[in-house]
Amino acid sequence: MRTERIRTVVGHVVLMLGVVVSIFPFYWMLVMASNTTPDIFAYPPKLVIGSHLFENMGHVLDNIDFFGAMLLTLVASLGVTVLVLFFDSLAAFAFAKYEFPGRDLLFGLLLATFMIPTQLALVPQFVTLAEFGWIGSLKALIIPGAANAFGIFWMRQYAKGAIPDELISAAKVDGAGFFRQYLTVGLPVLRPGLAFLGIFTFINVWNDYLWPLIVMTDPNKLTLQVALQQLNGVYGTDYSMVMAGALMSVIPLIGVFIIGGRHFIADIAAGAMKF
Amino acid sequence: MAVSETVRGRAADVSANSPDGPPNRFRQAIPQYAAVSPFFILFAIFGAFPVLFSIWLSFHSWDGIGTMKWVGIEQYSYLLTDPSFWKSITNTLIIWVISTVPMLALALVIANALHNATRFRTFYRIAYFIPNITSVVAVTMVFGSIFSNNFGLLNAFLQSVGLDKIEWLSQPWGIKVAIASIVAWRWTGYNAIIFLAGLQAISSDIYEAARVDGASPRQMFWRITVPLLRPVILFTAVTSTIGGLQIFTESQVLFGSSGAIGGPGDGGLTIVSYLYDSAFGKNQFGYGAAIGWALFILIVLFSVINWRLIGGNDDERLTSRAARRVQRKIAAERAGAGQADADAGKEHADAH
Repeated sequence: MRTERIRTVVGHVVLMLGVVVSIFPFYWMLVMASNTTPDIFAYPPKLVIGSHLFENMGHVLDNIDFFGAMLLTLVASLGVTVLVLFFDSLAAFAFAKYEFPGRDLLFGLLLATFMIPTQLALVPQFVTLAEFGWIGSLKALIIPGAANAFGIFWMRQYAKGAIPDELISAAKVDGAGFFRQYLTVGLPVLRPGLAFLGIFTFINVWNDYLWPLIVMTDPNKLTLQVALQQLNGVYGTDYSMVMAGALMSVIPLIGVFIIGGRHFIADIAAGAMKF
Repeated sequence: MAVSETVRGRAADVSANSPDGPPNRFRQAIPQYAAVSPFFILFAIFGAFPVLFSIWLSFHSWDGIGTMKWVGIEQYSYLLTDPSFWKSITNTLIIWVISTVPMLALALVIANALHNATRFRTFYRIAYFIPNITSVVAVTMVFGSIFSNNFGLLNAFLQSVGLDKIEWLSQPWGIKVAIASIVAWRWTGYNAIIFLAGLQAISSDIYEAARVDGASPRQMFWRITVPLLRPVILFTAVTSTIGGLQIFTESQVLFGSSGAIGGPGDGGLTIVSYLYDSAFGKNQFGYGAAIGWALFILIVLFSVINWRLIGGNDDERLTSRAARRVQRKIAAERAGAGQADADAGKEHADAH
């Protein structure tokens, strides 16, 4: 019993050490964002939270269009999320619950697209969007990502187990067409799965860097991540301001995550187990 | 929204018309085809076409504005003799190894501890997962300041214990350590959560049976946990490989505005940052496309290596299969009681 107890304590000590490592960079971000730059440059460095946080945040707003970038990022993230939820769940519903000629072939094709890292085609993707005249516009951020193989695969697994065939049969008897069946039978049952896919998609678009860096070439229309890097590049030595910007950019997502995170983590793990 | 309108329209049309039309299997399935079509249309335009186009492009010299000039395999033959390209490959591989190996080992330790912990589970999970949802740009800025040459926290610490400062961000190896730390920090918790799910899927009866047979904890770890966890380890190894070979943002944020994208001595020049710089910095679109294909070949190569290594030799596969069989047998025998236990366990976990 005694060794059991010691093992438990050691386990928690190990876990708490890990938590400290996980959380420390956030604390350090706050320390730097709330002190003045000379304080940060001083030796020994200040290790506690200072009193200049709002002043530093103000400097961020003076130097970049922070809220403009945040709004653009929010619109892009929400846009992609809504489209992905709709297209992916609709396709998943059809794949999971209906027999149609070529279904398995099409699904196999969809799985095969996983194998192709489309990043290898970064250059022609850019050229394609340039041909469309989409460079610098929101369309470039939203449309290419509006449906994806991962989401369809994941939602299909979910739909197979979650939607009872009897409900669909009943809807058919009532004379509902395919789309109506999706709306009245599929969507309500798929809601928990949609919550996961929605958070997952939103976070990915919000944090994406390489793609917006390439396609958002108008300096007045940058995403948050690119604007933040620009702040860092131009005012790199003004650490307290740069860190205040970084802090402001991570707070919204962390808020979303702490509220909806518990189920999200379980779903991420469950998704990995399906592969 | 135009596409979704189309889907809506077609679906409505068909449901209205099909009772009157001939009972054709394909025609009846039009709503389903419409439902799955958005992905295939988007993939054709933004995935398949660019991939094919990039093959064509890689045989040309093109600055993105003028006319494309056919150069045959010149881009590829230049690639093979380009020291910067090889440097970007070695840099990427070094960063990948020094981040992934400690990361997966640590993740396994954390997953084990999480598996045994009965209290604070939700707190731990959220705390471990938060790094993964935080933007690489912001994280890199914080780590950049921690590793900073002159006033970085790490150097302040080294000085306070009487050691010399290290110019982390001026030396090729220091840059790699800094980038690898960022990668490991962001992904250790994620991988631990995945391992944890794998551990939870292993029936505790197997351990019980092994304990009765007098197995040591060490034996149980290597003979039961690792073989049964193998598919999960493979998943984390493959995803870490694919992600690791595409490292870009960290070095771009650290050095992108300094003029040299790879930093001092090109110590942080990764494959994707070289691709980005060639195509979008120097407007060598054909060369960028060729680098993209080299990256693709590397990813396939390393995924296969992972598969072979972790897929294991036949002997080990047998062990794993045998263990699985035992697990299935025990599960079948105890189906009734086991189910009740599992439900109780789930409730227990949810309560925390």
